[in-house]
Amino acid sequence: MVPSSEALLGPGTTAIRCPKKLQNQNYKGHGLSKGKERQQRASIRFKTTLMNTLMDVLRHRPGWVEVKDEGEWDFYWCDVSWLRENFDHTYMDEHVRISHFRNHYELTRKNYMVKNLKRFRKQLEREAGKLEAAKCDFFPKTFEMPCEYHLFVEEFRKNPGITWIMKPVARSQGKGIFLFRRLKDIMDWRKDTRSSDDQKDDIPVENYVAQRYIENPYLIGGRKFDLRVYVLVMSYIPLWAWLYRDGFARFSNTRFTLNSIDDQYIHLTNVAVQKTSPDYHPKKGCKWMLQRFRQYLASKHGPEAVETLFRDIDNIFVKSLQSVQKVIISDKHCFELYGYDILIDQDLKPWLLEVNASPSLTASSQEDYELKTCLLEDTLHVVDMEARLTGREKRVGGFDLMWNDGPVSREEGAPDLSGMGNFVTNTHLGCVNDRKKQLRQLFCSLQVQKKASS
Amino acid sequence: MLQEESDLSLIIAQIVQKLKGSNLYSQLERQAWASLQRPEIKLESLKEDIKEFFKISGWEKKLQNAVYSELSVFPLPSHPAAPPEHLKEPLVYMRKAQGSWEKRILKSLNSMCTELSIPLARKRPAGEQKELLNKWNEMGTDEPDLSLFRPVYAPKDFLEVLINLRNPNYENGDSLSFRTHLGLIQVPLKVKDIPELKECFVELGLNIGQLGIDDSTQVPPELFENEHVRIGQKVLAEQDSAAAQQYIRQGSPTALRAELWALILNISSQPEDVLYYEQLKTNVIQHDLLVDSLIYKDVKLTASNDDYYFVFEDYLYQVLLCFSRDTSVLSHFAFNSASPPKSYIRGKLGLEEYAVFYPPNGVIPFHGFSMYVAPLCFLYHEPSKLYQIFREMYVRFFFRLHSISSHPSGIVSLCLLFETLLQTYLPQLFYHLREIGAQPLRISFKWMVRAFSGYLATDQLLLLWDRILGYNSLEILAVLAAAVFAFRAVNLMEVTSLAAAEAVLADLSTLKVMPLLQIFLFATVT
Repeated sequence: MVPSSEALLGPGTTAIRCPKKLQNQNYKGHGLSKGKERQQRASIRFKTTLMNTLMDVLRHRPGWVEVKDEGEWDFYWCDVSWLRENFDHTYMDEHVRISHFRNHYELTRKNYMVKNLKRFRKQLEREAGKLEAAKCDFFPKTFEMPCEYHLFVEEFRKNPGITWIMKPVARSQGKGIFLFRRLKDIMDWRKDTRSSDDQKDDIPVENYVAQRYIENPYLIGGRKFDLRVYVLVMSYIPLWAWLYRDGFARFSNTRFTLNSIDDQYIHLTNVAVQKTSPDYHPKKGCKWMLQRFRQYLASKHGPEAVETLFRDIDNIFVKSLQSVQKVIISDKHCFELYGYDILIDQDLKPWLLEVNASPSLTASSQEDYELKTCLLEDTLHVVDMEARLTGREKRVGGFDLMWNDGPVSREEGAPDLSGMGNFVTNTHLGCVNDRKKQLRQLFCSLQVQKKASS
Repeated sequence: MLQEESDLSLIIAQIVQKLKGSNLYSQLERQAWASLQRPEIKLESLKEDIKEFFKISGWEKKLQNAVYSELSVFPLPSHPAAPPEHLKEPLVYMRKAQGSWEKRILKSLNSMCTELSIPLARKRPAGEQKELLNKWNEMGTDEPDLSLFRPVYAPKDFLEVLINLRNPNYENGDSLSFRTHLGLIQVPLKVKDIPELKECFVELGLNIGQLGIDDSTQVPPELFENEHVRIGQKVLAEQDSAAAQQYIRQGSPTALRAELWALILNISSQPEDVLYYEQLKTNVIQHDLLVDSLIYKDVKLTASNDDYYFVFEDYLYQVLLCFSRDTSVLSHFAFNSASPPKSYIRGKLGLEEYAVFYPPNGVIPFHGFSMYVAPLCFLYHEPSKLYQIFREMYVRFFFRLHSISSHPSGIVSLCLLFETLLQTYLPQLFYHLREIGAQPLRISFKWMVRAFSGYLATDQLLLLWDRILGYNSLEILAVLAAAVFAFRAVNLMEVTSLAAAEAVLADLSTLKVMPLLQIFLFATVT
């Protein structure tokens, strides 16, 4: 089940490189052949377009070296635009790794995700019944615009007075989003966008989705927040996914009220939008680490309710990944670190807002910096270019193996607070992250095993 | 024997006196009258039957809790003929020092008042009242111009006063000897040493389970945690204050903490309490006090900038603004060495009939005051309950951290305890720090004044405050401060300046409190 990582380079000689932009060639080979690598300790070069925590992590990784302009690479943390243009005509050796799946947008673009989820839900209902299918109801009712406009109007009329949110399908950081309660509002908006498009005929009309707005979000200190959680998918077929223990809750800077749906700052909790709010003080830092959030909930609702909530959140990850499993091109070179945005409502039900294929790796504070560097370090451990892991690990640093072609259970003897029999999933979201210690133990024992077998 | 008996009867009389005026008394009376209807109450054995009824229905427990609460809070009378000042503070020189410190604070407050020409209090116009009422749940969004306000004092100003405290009857002698105290505090108060602390904090011992140590991920919960939680639930079911206080010495499970603290502090949210809070809220709406701006400024400077407490900013205003108007807080001045400042109606200076306490609760907030409330927001979400808990915590514990007294939990004793522990058990470190001009108390003072709020991670802070409640004493703050120094001793031995020492001790957010305390008290070779 583990994609065989034939990086026979051994520790310390992994080369990470970036190719020059393709010109006339159709293929560009990447990675040195096995034979060459074993003999030399190549000077290791790497390059990435992202100048933030990722660069720091890559630079500090022992044996990894930056590649300049033209040069072959073994590891590329690319951005999605490069992928779109170059992936199809790039040949990669077995051991080469790249940080995105070719058609990740099946999961990360809101309209595709909705489509895939709806289809998966129908399939589940056929195969396993209504109860199982209901587990997919973590996504607020969404309609693609403009093609599902009529379906949307039907739903809209059935529920008068509720608030809807209009989101552009492909943009991020909260851009282009607005709330509305009357059909009139979107009529006006359609006219506006159309009139501006008249001047620029080349630019296609952007796709939007209209989604039911969650009007009863869970509030802390009167403020709305959402959770950012990191899921690492190493392969889709079979589905092999890891969940990072740390994450954070992002708070809106202002108090929640439905009265001012025009105030973007209240409703959108993306840090990017918050940063532009006149209230925003960077010192305030509007994030809580997940551990703090989990403790807060436990002191208010008790450990059982919290356990149930986090189990439901696990369910979101698994079902959403399963829904695109057959659609995403599962290339063994690809892995992807997703940023899931989850909203909790007052009944402690989690909702999926969206999935990000390129979660922000820029740090907004010292704590944030540490979280992201540890996250990336552990991601690289799991990707395992150095070929140190056996492939049977259930935990690597802060990552817990969540799904391995099937649910993964915790170690024996774990307390079963969910009351669901003996099976407890191997996820520890918001729990203690003693990753340094675990990594030390892991790599020590791996070394011992290696010595024993050689 | 006779002396003890008369002491006891004095105490009983005092407590009965106190409780007679309380709500509980009228409730008990009502219950007693209502119980006459019950078949088991017979006229012949009326007294015993009613007592029995109280026992079964849980009212006796409530009475027990109230008595226990009084015993914990109210200090025992030393001598029936002792004047009331002795209850506040028995030592004359301490009283004098507190008096002159208060004068300084008032002077500072008054001068700020005249400088900014803002009245100490004014009635709000109707429009402003309405606006404030609308904004009550989100006062944090208000951004009034506070640039001209300064905090009345900061902990380091207070430290300077404590450093200059001297007992006129005590002659230190010029020659240095091994008895000389090398620290900043130079008053001879009795503080405990480690053997005495071990006796006092016996439940923190190595062979006794603790939350904060024995609930860590490596330890299987069957060993301690599960049983402890079960006992906690039982204690809550019994609603026994004294048992809760004993129980919490080993720490409180997260889910039970809010209720346990309420039980220990004997807070039950009665409708009267909610009404009282609403009344205070109305007072806030109607009148604006200068102190309010100080509170605003403090919250903005401290809690709002804290990574974890910024979320609770609005709660802090709702609690602190009401707190300044709560005249019931004045009763604690009977055993607080401080006295509430008096203000006079304009033009009637010196005439007692026109004197009022200012602020109404007699407590002038200083820089960092709001941090006493912030951790409580983690546990209590209903404003009136949060308010009651904070008020009770204040009149039991926090006031001792910023008034000059000889009480063993007073800040002076805590400072002296800290320094003595350090000098006795880490003499090399103490001497080194002193040599480089980094007196340890200069660094640890701010931790103790704030009861470590804002310095420790929240879960650790709550574990520490569990023990404060459990032992009904603040001495653990001084022990923790010493334990922190012991923990970082190796790094501290290498620094060569005060700034460097501060840097080593700047970040306490990763510390685990209970292991530090346990090691310092029970596992250090002395």
